[in-house]
Amino acid sequence: MAERITLNLKVNGEARTVNVHPFARLLDVLREELRLTGTKEGCGEGECGACTVLLDDQVVNSCLVPAVQAQGCAITTVEGLARGEDLSSLQAAFVAHNGAQCGFCTPGMLIAATDLLNRCPDPTDGEIREGLAGNLCRCTGYAKILDAVHTAATDGGAPR
Amino acid sequence: MRGYLPDCDIRVPADLADALALLAAEPGVWTPFAGGTDLMVVYNAGRLKATHFLDLSRLAELRGIREEATHLVFGALTTYTEIRDCRAVHQHFPNLVKSARATGALAIQNRGTLGGNIVNASPAADTPPSLLAYGAELELVSPRGLRRVAYDCFHLGYKRLDLAADELVASLRMPKPTGRSFHYFRKVGTRQAQAISKVCLAAHARIEAGVVAELRIGLGSVAPVPQRARHAEAAIIGKPLSALPIAAAQAALLDDISPIDDIRASAHFRLVVTQNVLGHMLRELANG
Amino acid sequence: MIGASPSRKEGRAKVLGTSTYTDDKFLPGALHGVTIRSQVPRGILKAIHFGEGIPWADFTIVTAADIPGTNRVASVVDDQPFLVGIGDEITHPEQPILLLAHADRHLVEKARGAVRLEVEELPAILDIQSSLNLQQVIYGTDNLLKEIRISKGDPGPVWAQAAHVIEGEYQTGAQEHMYLEPNAIIGQVEGKGPEAQVTVWGSLQCPYYVHSALKQLFGLPDEQVRVVAMEMGGAFGGKEDYPSVNAGHAALLSWKSGRPVKVVYDREEDLACTTKRHPSRTRLRTAFDADGHLLALEADFILDGGAYATLSPVVLSRGAVHAGSVYRCPNVRIHARAVATNTPPPGAFRGFGAPQSLFAMERHMEVCARRLGLDAVELRRRNFLRMGDTMATGQVIREDLDLGGLMDRALQESRYQDKRAAFALTNQEAGPLRRGIGLSVFMHGCGFTGSGESHLASVAGVEGLADGSLSVLAASTEMGQGKNTVFCQIVAGALGLPYDMVDVAVVDTDRVPNSGPTVASRSTMMVGRILEDAAIGLKLSLVQQGFLKEPYTAETFREAVRKAVARLGSLKCYGQYHRPPNIAWDDVTYQGDAYPTYSWGCYAAEVVVDLDTYEVKVEDFVAVQEVGRVVNPILAAGQVEGGIAQGIGWGLWEEVTTAQGRMINNQMTNYIIPTSADLPRIKVVFLENAHPAGPGGAKGIGELPMDGPAPALLNALENALGALRLDEVPMTPERLLVRCEEVSHG
Repeated sequence: MAERITLNLKVNGEARTVNVHPFARLLDVLREELRLTGTKEGCGEGECGACTVLLDDQVVNSCLVPAVQAQGCAITTVEGLARGEDLSSLQAAFVAHNGAQCGFCTPGMLIAATDLLNRCPDPTDGEIREGLAGNLCRCTGYAKILDAVHTAATDGGAPR
Repeated sequence: MRGYLPDCDIRVPADLADALALLAAEPGVWTPFAGGTDLMVVYNAGRLKATHFLDLSRLAELRGIREEATHLVFGALTTYTEIRDCRAVHQHFPNLVKSARATGALAIQNRGTLGGNIVNASPAADTPPSLLAYGAELELVSPRGLRRVAYDCFHLGYKRLDLAADELVASLRMPKPTGRSFHYFRKVGTRQAQAISKVCLAAHARIEAGVVAELRIGLGSVAPVPQRARHAEAAIIGKPLSALPIAAAQAALLDDISPIDDIRASAHFRLVVTQNVLGHMLRELANG
Repeated sequence: MIGASPSRKEGRAKVLGTSTYTDDKFLPGALHGVTIRSQVPRGILKAIHFGEGIPWADFTIVTAADIPGTNRVASVVDDQPFLVGIGDEITHPEQPILLLAHADRHLVEKARGAVRLEVEELPAILDIQSSLNLQQVIYGTDNLLKEIRISKGDPGPVWAQAAHVIEGEYQTGAQEHMYLEPNAIIGQVEGKGPEAQVTVWGSLQCPYYVHSALKQLFGLPDEQVRVVAMEMGGAFGGKEDYPSVNAGHAALLSWKSGRPVKVVYDREEDLACTTKRHPSRTRLRTAFDADGHLLALEADFILDGGAYATLSPVVLSRGAVHAGSVYRCPNVRIHARAVATNTPPPGAFRGFGAPQSLFAMERHMEVCARRLGLDAVELRRRNFLRMGDTMATGQVIREDLDLGGLMDRALQESRYQDKRAAFALTNQEAGPLRRGIGLSVFMHGCGFTGSGESHLASVAGVEGLADGSLSVLAASTEMGQGKNTVFCQIVAGALGLPYDMVDVAVVDTDRVPNSGPTVASRSTMMVGRILEDAAIGLKLSLVQQGFLKEPYTAETFREAVRKAVARLGSLKCYGQYHRPPNIAWDDVTYQGDAYPTYSWGCYAAEVVVDLDTYEVKVEDFVAVQEVGRVVNPILAAGQVEGGIAQGIGWGLWEEVTTAQGRMINNQMTNYIIPTSADLPRIKVVFLENAHPAGPGGAKGIGELPMDGPAPALLNALENALGALRLDEVPMTPERLLVRCEEVSHG
C-alpha cells in the first residue's frame, strides 16, 4: 500500500493541493477531492471522452491518468472555460446551436473543441470531426456540435 | 472503477538508472508504464493482475525523436502526437504518421507512447505494422548494458517478448529509406475513428530500375503477434512492377497469417480482407 | 413562440458543467452499493458464500429475504423479482441476487468479487427459435410473454388468385442505448417499518413508474415514497423501466443500513445487465395484382422478450400495429408474439417495436419491386395510404395524407433518380467501390398505443409563482430531447407571454402531478396539449377572480399572478388528458384507432461500399418528415439528427454479441456507436401539417427518426451491390462479406 502524496495542481488557474493515493485516477481527484463534478465518467476505458480535461494544455482522458502523473501540472476542466458570468465563445455557441442535448458529453466535448480551436482556429468539417472523434455523443449525431464549433471559430476563435 | 486502489503502489524514479536499478533489484515486481492508455483501462476494469507500477513518464533519457545521418531514433516515450507533429517522420516514414493518427483519438495520442505500444504487445496495435515495414530495431537497456534487437524478432508469441525482467525498451531506430520508395498503410477498423483494427497492413518497398528490390509488409490483427508477411514479400521481391504476381502473393499470404475469430471480426473476414488489402497495395505499387 | 427556437432552458448550466447529474450529488454518510448477479442463464440458487479477506461485518448486505413488501417489480406484468431468493429459479445471467453496500467504494468493489453463488444449473433457452420449439418451457406453458392478432378482410382466398405472392424473412439484432451517463440512483430511507419515508434521486425517465415500484416493494402508501429526477445524461428508453429495478436496490440498501446509498453502474455493468432493443424476426407474405397493387399481407412478427415480460407486451403491440406500415391493403393478418428466453429482459428503446417491423416491410417492398419488375419508388406510390383508407386495425386516415408528395420531396432533395442513373454507370467501373442510394417510407404512432393514454389519464399543471412568473408542473423528464424548453414554449405560446416568463418545476413526485411516463413521442403532443389547457385555465381563473383583464401585456399578467399568489397563497391550474371525440379502440380485438395520429417520414440514404474491406460509408442522408407543427425547429432537427445517427448505428455497426445469454462486448471499445468521423451531414426537412390534437398543431417526433435509416441503408446497399440477401441488421462488414460470397459462390 502506497503512502498518500501531496499533489500540487493548478486547476483552472488556481493552485490546489490535495492529499491522495498516488495511483488514484485524476478523474476521481477532480470529482471527489475537488468536487469539480463537471468532468464526467462515461466509460472508464478512455473511449467516450466525457472525462476529457486539458493537462498542461493537452487533451487527456482523466480516467486514464494516475494522480502522480499530474503532479505540478496545470489542468483545465469545463468549470474553467467561462470568465465569471461570461461564457466562452464555444460555450455560447453550444447553447445557441443546441450542441448540448443531454449534456453529459458536453464538458469533455467543450474541452476537446477548445483544444481544437487553439490548434486550428478555422477548422473544416473534416478537421472538427477528427478533433472530436474521441468524444462520443449519442444525442446529436454531431451536426449541431459541428455548427457550434464553426460559429465559435467565426466569432473569435479560441477562447484562450 | 473496479481496480483495488489500496493494493496499488507506484514508484516515480529520478532517472533511468534509478528505474533500471529497481527493476533489477526486484525482478518481476514492478510493471513499467508511461502514458497509461492501455494499463489504466485494464486496471479500471478490475482485470489487472499487477499492483506495483513504475512510472517511466518523466524519464528525460527516453524522450524525443533524434535525426541521425542514416536513421531516425525514437525515444521509447515518444507519443503518437509527437510522431504526428514531427516533420522528419512525415518525410521519411509516412506510414508511421498514419499509424499514429489511426491509434485511438487525440486524448490517447497525447499520452500513448511508441515504447508502450510495442511492449503492451497487442496484436491489434497500429504502429507495429509500420515498424515492421520500415525494418525497425529496438535498443534495450538494463544495468547489464545496451542490447539491440531487430523488431521483427522481438515478439516471441502472444504477449511474449524478447525482453528480460530487468530490461526496458529505451529507443527505436529506423533506417531512412533511400532511393525510390513506396509506402502503404491501411487500417480496417471497427469504424472510421477511434477504432480497434480488424486488419492492418503497412508496407514499404524500394524500387530499382522498375523492379521491386526490397519489400517489407507488416500486418496487425491477423496473428498472435504483429507479423511480417515474409512469404508474400518473397513472391514479389525481384519482380518487375509491370508484372507483379499479385494472385501468387495473395496465396502465399496464407502461410504468413493465422487469424482468429473474436468479438471484432471473424477469422474468415480477416483472411479475405487481408488478401484484398494486399492486392490493393500491390496494384498501387504496380501503378507507381 | 410555437415555431421559434429559443435556447434550451438548462443549456447554460450544461455548458458550464454545473448541472447536477445523479453521481454529482454527494449526501453525507452515503454508502456505495453494488449488485451481485447470477452469471448463469438458468438454474436454482442453492447458496451464497462469502469469501475470505473481506470484513463482511462492516457491510450492508441485502438478500431477497430482507424485502419488506412484494419482491416483484411493478410493470405491465409483475413477474420480475428485485432479487432472487435461495431456492428460487434464476432465469437470466445478469439477474440480481444480492446487494452490498459500504462507505469505501474500493472495498465494495473488492467484495463484489469475493461472493460465490452456488447454483444448480438448468438447460437454458437463448434464442427465438429454441423458445418457439419449446425445447424447454421457461415461461408459462408456452414460452409466450404476449401474443397479438390483428385481422382485416380475409387474405385466405387471395393467395391462389394473386398475380404475385412474395415471401421474405427479416431479422434485427439487439441494440444498446449507450446513453453517455450509465444508470445511477441514490436511495435514502428515513424512519423504520410502516413509518419509513423512501426517497430516491436518479437518472430516470418515468418518476411515477419508479414511485409505483417502490410502493409495492416496501408496501408503503403514496405519500411515503418520493422520486426526484436528476439531470439525465441521455436515456432513449433505456431509463424507462430499468430504474424501477435499481431504485429498488438502492432503497433496500438504505432501508437496511439507515444511510443514503448510491448505486452507480460502471459501463460494463450497464451494458451487460440493462435493457436493449428487442431482437426480432419477421416473416412476411404479400400478394400483389398484376399492376402491383397490394392485395394481402401476412406478417408473423416475433420479438425476443428475455426472461420476464417487463415492457414486451407493449413493445410488441406497437411493433404489431406498425407491421402494416404505410400501405393500403384490404386483407391483413398480423400475428405477433413476444417469446421468453433466458436473457436479460430487453425493454424500451426509441421506436419501441416499430423499427423492427418497419425494417421488415420496407426491405420487403424493395424485394417485391424487384420481383414485380417495378421501380420500388413506383411500387410504393401505387400503394400508399391516403385520406379515407383504413389501416390494418381498421383505423381510418382522416388527415389529408400525401405520402407521394413526402416521397417526392425526399427524391428531389437527395437527387435520387439522378444518382441511381449515375451509379448504374460508375458501378460498372473497375475498382472496389460501389455506390448506391435507397429510401424508406414509414410512420410512427404518436403517444401510447390503443387505449394507453385513456388509462394513463395524465395530469399536468401550471403554477403562478410569487414573483409573477409561471412554472410548469409535470412529471415528464428532460433527457436531452428538450422537454423543458418545449413545455415552456407551449405555455408561453398559449398565453402570449415571453418565453423567459415560464420555467419548469423540479420533477419531484412531491411537487408535480403524474403527467405519465416520458416515452412514446408523447410529451410534446399529449402532455403539451394538457399544459395548453392548464395555461388557458390559469388565465381564465385570473380573469374570473378579477386579477387580470384582457387584453393584457406580459407586465400586467406578471402583476396579476403576483397579486393572486399573495392573496390566495398559491395559484395552480391543472389539466387532464381527454380522449379526442372521434377516437375508439378495442383492446381485445385490436381494432380501431391505434393512435390519435401518426408522424410520417421518407428518408434517403446514400452509401459507398468498399469491396476490398466490406466497409460501408454513409455519404449522404436526406430526412423528410411530417410531424405536425414544429414547436422548436432547432431542437426538432437535433432529435431527427440524433435519431438517424442511432438508426445508422443499428443498421450498420451496432451489434450485441452474446455467449450463454451474456453480452460479451460490453465495453464502449467493442460496441460500436458512430463517432463524429462516421456520420454524414444530414439534411433535415420538415413538412408542416398542423394536427388539431396537439398543442399548436404539434405531433410526436422523438422516435420517428429511428424507424427510417436501417431499411433505407439496406435498400441503398441493394442498389450498390445488386440482389443480395440483405435481410438483417446490423449489416456489418462480416455479414456483408457472407452475403456477397453467397452470390459469387452460387
